[in-house]
Amino acid sequence: MTGLNPKQKLNEQLFAPKVEQVPIRNGYGEGLLAAGEANEQVVALCADLTESARAEKFAKKFPERFVQIGVAEQNLASVASGMAAMGKIPFITSYAMFSPGRNWEQIRTTICYNNRPVIIAGSHAGVSVGPDGGTHQAIEDLAITRVIPRLAVIAPCDAIEARKATIAAAAWGSPVYLRLAREKTPIITTDDSPFEIGQANLLWTSAEPQVTIIACGSVVHNALKAAKQLAAKGVEAEVLNIHTIKPIDDKAVVASVKKTGAVVTVEEHQVAGGLGSAVAEVLADKWPAPVEFIGVHDQFGQSGTPAELIEHYKIGVSHIAAAAKKAIKRKK
Amino acid sequence: MIPLTDDKIKTLTATANDIRQLIIKALLAAGSGHTAGPLGMADVFTLLYFHVLNHDPSRPDWPERDRLVLSNGHICPVLYATMARAGYFSEDELLTLRQFGSRLQGHPHRDFLPALETSSGPLGSGLSQAVGMALAGRIDNPTTGPFIFCLMSDAEQECGQTWEAAMLAGKEGLGNLIAIIDRNNIQIDGYTEEVMPLEPLAKKYEAWNWHVQEVDGHNFAELNDAIGAAKSVYERPSVIIANTIPGKGVKMFEKKYEWHGKPPTKAEGEAALRELQNLANRIST
Repeated sequence: MTGLNPKQKLNEQLFAPKVEQVPIRNGYGEGLLAAGEANEQVVALCADLTESARAEKFAKKFPERFVQIGVAEQNLASVASGMAAMGKIPFITSYAMFSPGRNWEQIRTTICYNNRPVIIAGSHAGVSVGPDGGTHQAIEDLAITRVIPRLAVIAPCDAIEARKATIAAAAWGSPVYLRLAREKTPIITTDDSPFEIGQANLLWTSAEPQVTIIACGSVVHNALKAAKQLAAKGVEAEVLNIHTIKPIDDKAVVASVKKTGAVVTVEEHQVAGGLGSAVAEVLADKWPAPVEFIGVHDQFGQSGTPAELIEHYKIGVSHIAAAAKKAIKRKK
Repeated sequence: MIPLTDDKIKTLTATANDIRQLIIKALLAAGSGHTAGPLGMADVFTLLYFHVLNHDPSRPDWPERDRLVLSNGHICPVLYATMARAGYFSEDELLTLRQFGSRLQGHPHRDFLPALETSSGPLGSGLSQAVGMALAGRIDNPTTGPFIFCLMSDAEQECGQTWEAAMLAGKEGLGNLIAIIDRNNIQIDGYTEEVMPLEPLAKKYEAWNWHVQEVDGHNFAELNDAIGAAKSVYERPSVIIANTIPGKGVKMFEKKYEWHGKPPTKAEGEAALRELQNLANRIST
């Protein structure tokens, strides 16, 4: 037996050709509005990307709690720190390339070192940004955020999970980085699917799994399609959605790999320093096993359609399936 | 504004002298740290903590307190010495400056000393944090909230982020924000006007819609009047450019950029303490 984990209450149409697709950043916009409605201490700050980074609903509903910072991401981070010092829960919204890209030191010192509960929402992460090209495709953001003490790092797999992650981040009590993708992404989860910061979700299960596929963000859907493809060829897998890269759910990783003994990690990010590295750190420490890393291998992005770029950087379904077979072969 | 009487000025002068001695003692114990900036700002800190700030050393988390953000964290010996003198912690603790396990980290760190408003060290981000506090303060209490004071060095006016913050404060018309710039004309590599000219500094702030004043940073009456005037401006943020003498109070340290980032030797420190003690005796008579 192999298939979607019924406990996860996933979208039954997720493999349908016409599966509903919504940008992950839209879920952030809805979550931000909901967080603002639930708690009047929530404030939002934006650096001239209010609409495209999806803070406009909040800005319209709560103009007195919205600050337009202009194109000044360093200021964006530190102003938020100051507001948090006065009891606010600030969300700072921009493109990931600029925040946490440009303002890394301000996030480290004025937010995290100060221990201020600021939520950093970085939209347009990954190569799936597409035509804008490499300058706007943040594929280093997981690496630079997860090395900062106190900063939780979350990459939701669809718009619904992004909404839940945003609401949860407002209540987390310490700094959070939310990684968001620009493009329309298939809806995998439902309102009833579980979500807790730091708790990985096992989306695909098998009676006798041979490989663990661990993914985050917009490419979780590719991982599930690869698992389905593998199942058709008699290869049983588990698919783990590690939406929280930090603090990573090491128990869930180890529990799966104890069963499978082989791993594929999948991310729209540099292989160095991202999800794959985080998983490898856990395994090297607790349960060594062969790992195949799917992601960008020390290159910059470029223009193209999201599908072309996912194919070019070998993050597609066929690449994941091939890597799974390779990982299984490497088992001793 | 609370006016300054002659008696109060005399008391403040004596307190500033105490604080300078505490700074020297802390630096001697630490064996590293900055000398010129802390001594140069002793008068500004004394006036703020002993006359201007609405604060309570026994309740550092009192929500209504005025906030003091020290942006240029490297001059923290003067912050620590002033806080100790004001009663936030004992003066003996100053001798632990920069040591392992000390609450008085080489640059201010809130994890170790929660009474600090911010951790700081990397230049150029204090004004942004103060702007954030002023924005939040205005949301909570548009008319009678606390004042946010931000102390900056002149060299950090070279940081782009300072100007990002200055623009935003001007745009938002933050009348509850008062910045004070330590205009001592020195930085690590030399004199500011040689490293990176800042003048005309006042005109730059005026261009961003700030209320600007320039004062003698060692004259309590002038400083106090300027802070009073800044508080009375409701529709704009205020900046006070305080012209100071780096190393003020000890002749061998004064006006020399070489003293920016090093502590005195034992002999130099003891000579400095004698000089300050002589001055203290003259103040008291």
